[in-house]
Amino acid sequence: MLEDKDRIFQNLYNDFGADLASAKQRGDWKDTKEICGKGREWIINEIKTSELRGRGGAGFPTGLKWSFAPKEVGSRPHYLVINADESEPGTCKDRDILRFEPHKLIEGCLIASYAVNAHKCYIYIRGEYFNEGQKLQKAIDEAYKDGLLGKNSAGTDWELDIYIHYGAGAYICGEETALLESIEGKKGQPRLKPPFPALIGLYGCPTIINNVETISVVPTILRRGGKWFSSLGRPKNTGSKIYCISGNVNNPCNVEEEMGIPLKELIEKHAGGVIGGWDNLKAVIPGGSSMPLLPKETCETIKMDFDACVENKTGLGTAGIVVINKDQDIIKCMARIARFYKHESCGQCTPCREGSGWMWRMLERMAKGEATRDEVDMLLDVTKQIEGHTICAFGEGSSWPVQGLIRNFKDEIIERNKFDPIVKKQKDIPYLVDQHLLEKENA
Amino acid sequence: MAVKKISKVQPEKFEFSKKNKETADSIIKNYPSGKQQSAVMALLYLAQKQNDNWIPLSAMKYIAKYLEMPYIKVYEVATFYSMYNLTPVGKYFFQICTTTPCMLRGAYNLVDVCKRKISEEENCLSEDGKTSWLEVECLGACVNAPMLQLNEDYYEDLDPTKLEQIIDKISNDEVPQPGSYRGRLSSEPENTRKTLIGNKNA
Repeated sequence: MLEDKDRIFQNLYNDFGADLASAKQRGDWKDTKEICGKGREWIINEIKTSELRGRGGAGFPTGLKWSFAPKEVGSRPHYLVINADESEPGTCKDRDILRFEPHKLIEGCLIASYAVNAHKCYIYIRGEYFNEGQKLQKAIDEAYKDGLLGKNSAGTDWELDIYIHYGAGAYICGEETALLESIEGKKGQPRLKPPFPALIGLYGCPTIINNVETISVVPTILRRGGKWFSSLGRPKNTGSKIYCISGNVNNPCNVEEEMGIPLKELIEKHAGGVIGGWDNLKAVIPGGSSMPLLPKETCETIKMDFDACVENKTGLGTAGIVVINKDQDIIKCMARIARFYKHESCGQCTPCREGSGWMWRMLERMAKGEATRDEVDMLLDVTKQIEGHTICAFGEGSSWPVQGLIRNFKDEIIERNKFDPIVKKQKDIPYLVDQHLLEKENA
Repeated sequence: MAVKKISKVQPEKFEFSKKNKETADSIIKNYPSGKQQSAVMALLYLAQKQNDNWIPLSAMKYIAKYLEMPYIKVYEVATFYSMYNLTPVGKYFFQICTTTPCMLRGAYNLVDVCKRKISEEENCLSEDGKTSWLEVECLGACVNAPMLQLNEDYYEDLDPTKLEQIIDKISNDEVPQPGSYRGRLSSEPENTRKTLIGNKNA
């Protein structure tokens, strides 16, 4: 277990208050000038040494991402964009950073902007986090007043302006290129990559996009050294991470822990155990709803980091752990997740727009026991047709949870839906009717 | 599930109030010159706030002119994002999160309360015409589930009885205290905190 002194987010539970004075007492904004004085190369190298991986879900190495920004500013200005469009079901870590540790984020923005040559930084906050956005705005105003932002930010001779841009309830805007479209005032539909945003991003200019948590840990890493950060966890999966534990546990909570902490320890120790005891555990979604679920046997041993999750055919994602116990109907839970994806698909690519609805409707029927045995394989086939055939990763995100369900609980689905083709049984199920006509009833 | 519909009854004219005009102009300044289209989302929010929590078509046309962009582009944005209401909603607008993490902790019991106490159908005004409710997707407070959003505030750690009390207060035009309804101040584990103990109540 991580020692308290090694936790980066000391105010995660708002014991001290989020204002500038108490943030400074916790060590924020200390030596910012000296850190920037060591130069861009040093900052990027130190982040590379720390092996910090993006905390937004994909786990891309942050130092590497920053090094993609052009070294010299040409005719186009550079931008830094912070992704605070946290909407992955099961994840609520960025919300706590925005409301309790805003100065870590702002200081991180300054250092990152300096490292990638950006004079403007946009923070894209989801529209529902209006109050959190107001708290961040208050912190930004404080920083301007104290000379930490603006013309000569914190004495670094670097000009930086930070603006908040509110989203309006679209999950897809958490995808980086959709987020850029949204800032440009368009509907949030992802762009094709390449070109990557590091070269052609916001308004066609080089843009670096990072998650809130990634940027917020940067100042502490630079202060304590990349070596310190990489000494936590194991190689390629270093540092600490905020885990959100929700669902059927006794004490749902956010907690900052070392990478690679066993899942069982997180649930038993920090979240007070599964409701009904460990034996009542059915499955765990380890990294936000997009990641395939884990059956109980795997939960006993798995360690929570990027590579260990991939070895177990899932992913760490945003580390939003959703615990599901045996009192719940697992098929219904996944059907609800499928409905989420149906609702949030942006509608740009056909496989995802249509397929997400198909998956939802099939799962709804499977939950009620109104599907045929063959349909289980058909559902798996649908997920395979979506995966990899879309512009952005939403296709994977919507099909992986369904694949995870079929991989681990196929027997249970078949047990409930084991009758032969409905036509033979003459069951009164609107099987061949266009489901769109029934959507109102089904919804 | 929410279906975006344009209201049949539309006001003829819409114009920003003087104060909103000032706010709008300052928002436009946040973006590089010539990129004023970026402000469209913020301006739609302003219009929504000014017009009793919904956006009429005339407001979209007004914003299109204001930002010198095609009307259809504003219409696209307003219909794409789910937080823009294109039909009138209640003065008190309950949005209940029912995505899996909330569902696991009983969000559908809250939906039942809304059905009983506000209106049978989503997006319909209650009898006194003040409230309406809607089932929405993840609001990003999963650790404090089940929860709902009432206008701009989050109400967390609810159960059916507490929601009933909230609705009763609302019908007397009293806005209850937002936040957790089990006395939590953040997303810390209740009673069994194992981390940052030295900071507790510092």
